[in-house]
Parts: sequence; structure tokens; C-alpha cells
Amino acid sequence: MTYFLQNVINALQWGSFYALIALGYSMVYSIMMLFNFAHGDIFMTGAYIGLGIATGLLAIVSSGVIALPGWLILVLTIIISMFITSLLGVLVERIGYRPLRNAPRASAAITGLMIGIILETGNLALLGAKRFSFPPLIMTKAYNISGVFVTNKKILVVLVSLTLMLALDLFVRKTKWGMAMRAMSYDFVVVPLMGVSIDVIAPMTFAIGSGLAAAGGVLYGVAYPVLDPYMGILIGWKAFVAAILGGRGSIMGAALAGFLLGFIEIFVTMIFPSTLRDLIAFSIVLVILTFRPHGFFGKPYSAKLRL
Amino acid sequence: MKKGFIVVLALLVMCGLSFSAPVTSEAKTLTIGLNVPMTGDIPKVGESSKHAAQMWLEDIKAAGGLKVGGKTYKVALDIEDNESKADSAVSVATKMITQDDVLAIVGPQSSKQAVPAGEVCNNYKTPMISPWSTNPATTDNRPYVFRGCFLDSFQGPVMAKFVTGEYGFKKAAVLYDVASDYPKGLAEFFKKAWEKMHGAGSVVAFESFTTKDTDFSSQLSKIIKSGAQFLFLPQYYNEVPLIVQQAHALGWKNPIVGSDSWGSPETVKLCGKDCYGSFFCTHYAAAGAKGATKAFIDRYTKKYKEVPDDVAALTWDSLHIIQKGIESCAKLTGKVKKDREALRNAIAKIKDFKGITGNMTFTENGDPIKCAVIVKISDKGEYKFYKSVCP
Repeated sequence: MTYFLQNVINALQWGSFYALIALGYSMVYSIMMLFNFAHGDIFMTGAYIGLGIATGLLAIVSSGVIALPGWLILVLTIIISMFITSLLGVLVERIGYRPLRNAPRASAAITGLMIGIILETGNLALLGAKRFSFPPLIMTKAYNISGVFVTNKKILVVLVSLTLMLALDLFVRKTKWGMAMRAMSYDFVVVPLMGVSIDVIAPMTFAIGSGLAAAGGVLYGVAYPVLDPYMGILIGWKAFVAAILGGRGSIMGAALAGFLLGFIEIFVTMIFPSTLRDLIAFSIVLVILTFRPHGFFGKPYSAKLRL
Repeated sequence: MKKGFIVVLALLVMCGLSFSAPVTSEAKTLTIGLNVPMTGDIPKVGESSKHAAQMWLEDIKAAGGLKVGGKTYKVALDIEDNESKADSAVSVATKMITQDDVLAIVGPQSSKQAVPAGEVCNNYKTPMISPWSTNPATTDNRPYVFRGCFLDSFQGPVMAKFVTGEYGFKKAAVLYDVASDYPKGLAEFFKKAWEKMHGAGSVVAFESFTTKDTDFSSQLSKIIKSGAQFLFLPQYYNEVPLIVQQAHALGWKNPIVGSDSWGSPETVKLCGKDCYGSFFCTHYAAAGAKGATKAFIDRYTKKYKEVPDDVAALTWDSLHIIQKGIESCAKLTGKVKKDREALRNAIAKIKDFKGITGNMTFTENGDPIKCAVIVKISDKGEYKFYKSVCP
């Protein structure tokens, strides 16, 4: 039982990252009918920006100008990194996607791949190929609850992710901007005629998605403190799978599917030899998609898909 | 206008990033290829190799070149990045042999690249020395391929015996990357040696993951549940810190022992206090070295502001093996295919080569017989010599 609970905790942490990244894929898809394949690399960039901010803040603190506790530095790092990465998301939309808005979808898809590669290799050119260690802003504390080990970092990761997801949900359901986004995802031909500009909604979607990815990136740096320029690729692919599994364009679906994917991966390893993890995990995903081709919450129409 | 802006931007980026093209080799210059990972998973390995090679080239240049049969030849290095990928290592080796006309190749360093690249070099009859690849398949049945280090079939049993002697443990756990030749091979050699000593089933957890994984919580929970007394972790410096830290966060308090892939200074830099007190097996220990080894360490430390790791030392030795091979050729014809063959035969004949990582004589298979060193990570994060194990 403790073993089972331990793995539930493990899966919650791991699933949080998939969920945070999957949200970005899903939101951009619901507005623009395209998958932003640079999203995994925006996550990476968010982690690196977070690294820069954390290092900078630590330097300021150690120079004695101002005293900040570690947790406050972490909160500031997350917020500032989310903000800067949002701007990056807007930039990506402006340079990469807007000129191609009426181009075939395949061109827009490879744009994402190219921007991703530019971000990876740009990072490589700028910072070199060495690994960076994310500074330990908060000391790891492990709590032993009758055999189940929980660290403060794991709790932090899960709580921050859930908070952000709930905030996003509220934003989309309760605000005017959220309503505009939902309307746009419902029909992006007619809604602009009603005075809602796609040139506002699209950058906003990119900004929110990138901000969430940045939060994921900083949390990832806290939980797995070795950063490299290619860290976003694999996790980006898997989060993309989660976005599809959740139902294209469904925020709740993406979050749930992200956690589900985390659970599947961890529990497959718990039961089967770990060598078979991805094989079995993605076979399960394939079976789910066979029965629910539109994912959990996807709307069963695809006529809008302009391929 | 918009499109023009993007074109200009792209051009600017390209101009800003373009580096000067490598110097092309002149006639009468001997080119040695260096097939190493400058980017990818373990860039530090490539950097150390490059540093050692540049130091070696400095020496050659200071001496005016290499003397063979009364003639002096200039030497050039052809350093190429294999991105720490098997396919890139193969294409780098092929390019060096067929286009750059290298006389010999040093590298790739890790077995994942050295095993397939060795195949290419052997097929093209070009001498290759992998300084750091410990997987037996690299040189197996390949007369043109040599290595500068001991084998996993030696390292695995060394660690099994060491842990038994040091701690008296009976139950082992292993966690390794199933998609990489080196950890996979070494994990299996270790398991075999351990089970031979403690009986079948004494490796109570034999868990794996795939390259680029960062979350090991599930595997580690399984290992902790298995009741293993220690964890053998034959991984590289980019994974070791994550695994060790996650193990401690899950309540693991037993020792974690490593293999020669821990030897990079990055391991401790990224891992911090979590790795203190761990033992690993390696090729040489920088702390407490004497003679030529110390001279090398001092010079390297002065030049690059860091203590050379095992990769740097082994690359240095491998280049000197090639140098000795070239110098002991009666003459070079200038026809690269013939010279490669002559060099291969000369290297195979080298007896009792005195390297900074120990004395080497090659077996028929191109593997040196040499000692392993057990190193302990001190409470200050230094690699301290603990004991030496010879075959």
C-alpha cells in the first residue's frame, strides 16, 4: 500500500509537467487549428530564463542590497519567467505564425518545428553545450509519512500546477477575454466579423500557453535541476500526445490527460519491467484513441481542419 | 516589407553565428581525426578531449612536427562533433576517412558511438583508437580498432568485488539506460559477476530507463522496495545527479556506487552534497598523482583552469600511442591507404607503452591490459584515490 501511494505521489508530480505543457498545445490548437510544435522548446526557454532570473536574484541577495528568502526568490522567478516567456510566445506568433495564417496548415506546422530548432540551437550558440544546474532556491525537505516519502518540492510542483490550471479555467470561463477565446475556437471565420480580432486573440493565446510552459519549466528546474537545450523535445512530444488524448482544444481534457499519461508511465514501471515502459504506456494510449478517436473531451467534428 | 524584414533578420542571425571555416590541410601534413561529442548529451566529454588534443598538438608544433624515416611532417587535427549520437559518429568517421584523408581517428569516446564508428573505421581499414569506450564490442574482431582503457568485462567484476569487500553486502540493485551501449553492457557484466559471487537472484532489482529520461521515481521506488543494500549506477554525469537526488528524496540511505562514466568534474558540480561519500571505478585519480601524470595535470590545470578528467587523460594517452605508432613506422609513402595500414601494424606492435593512465600493451584484440582505480568522492567534493585494482 505504501508502495502504491508512493507511486501515486510520483505520478502526480510527473503528470503535472505533462498537464502544464499540454495546456499550451491545446489552447493554441483550439484558436488557430494548428499545433505549435515549438511549444516543448518554449518550455525549455522558460526554464533557462528562470535559471537566469534565479541566478540574478541570488546574486543581488548575496551582494547584500536586499534580503529575500528562498521561497520568495522562487515565486519571483516563476512570475518573471512566465512574463518574459509570454512575450517570447507573442514574438513566436508574430514572426512565425502570423505571416502564414492563410498558408496551408502543413507550412504552419513545420514553422513550429523550425522555431523549435532555432530556440534549441540558439541556446546552444549562446550558452554553449554545457549543462546548467538550477540553483537550489529551497532546501529539499523529505517528509516520511508512514513509509511514503513526500518532498516539499513535490508538493510545490503539484500545488502550483493545479493553481495555474484552475486560474486558467476561471479566466476562460468567467472573463470577457476568455469568452472571446471560446468564441474564436468555436468559429474563427465568423467571430472576427463580430469585432473580435484574431490579431489580439492569437497572441494572447500564445502568451498564456507560453507562460504556463515557463511555469512548468521553472518547476521542472526545481524538481530535476539539470538543464540542457534539448530538454523540451521529449517532454514536448509526450505532452502533445496528452493534448490529443484530452481532446483537441479542451483545456480540462488536456490537464486530465497530462496527469493520466504521468500515471500510466509511472504505474507501468511499477508493474512491468521498466524497459517496457514506453511500449506499454503508448500502447494504452493507442487503445484509448481507438475507442475515443477525438480524445476524452474532443468535439467529434474535424471539418474545420484546413489541411 | 514584412517578408523583407524576416529575410534580413534570418541573414543577420546567420552572419552573427557563422564561424570561420576550418583550415584545410596542406600537402605533407598528417591529419588526425578527433570524433568527439561537442554537443548533445555529454558535451563536457568532447571539451576535455579537445583540450587534451590541443595540448598534444602544441607539443608537436613546438618540436617542429613529427619525424618519420628522416622526414618531418606537420600534423593537423580534424575535430568534428558527433553530437553524442551513434548515426552522427558514423557519418563523422566516414567523412574523415573518405573526404579529409585522415591517417587515424581518435574517438568516439562513449561506446554508443564507438561501437558503430569502429565498424566504419575497420571497413575502411583506418586505425581508430577510442580512448574511453569500455564496451567489448568496440574492438571485438576489428583489427584496425584499438582503445585506451580497460573493458567493462573487467570493470563489472572489479566493482562487484569491491562492494563485497568494502561493505559485505549481499543484495544489489542496478539502474541503467537500456538504450545506450555502455550502461547496458556494464550493467549486464556487473550483474553476471555479482550473481556469480552471491548466487542467482542476488541482484534484487535490475531496473532500466531510456536516454533523456529525467524522472526515475518509479524505478527508484521499486529499487527501495526490493530491499537492495546498495545501488550500482553505471550512468553519465548528466543523469547521475538527478538519480542520486531523487533516490535521497524517496528515502534511500544506502550507498550508491558508480562506474568510470562518473569521472567528469561535472558530476560533483551538478550533484553537490548528495554524491559525497560515493565510490566509483575509474582510469586514474588526479589527486595524489606523481611523475608524468602530475606534470600533465599541472599543465592542463594551468591552461584550462580545471583538473583534467579521465577523458582528457585517456585522450592524451591515445594520441601518444598514435604518435609512437607513426614514429615507429619506417617511412610514410604519402599514399594514405598504405600509411594507414603501416600505422595500424605499428600500433599493434607497441609493447609496454608508458601512459599517464598506466602502462599499456595491446592484446590481439586491440585492448590494453591496465589497472583500474577506485575513487571516493570526499566531503569537499574531490575525487580521492582509494585503491588500485589490477587484472
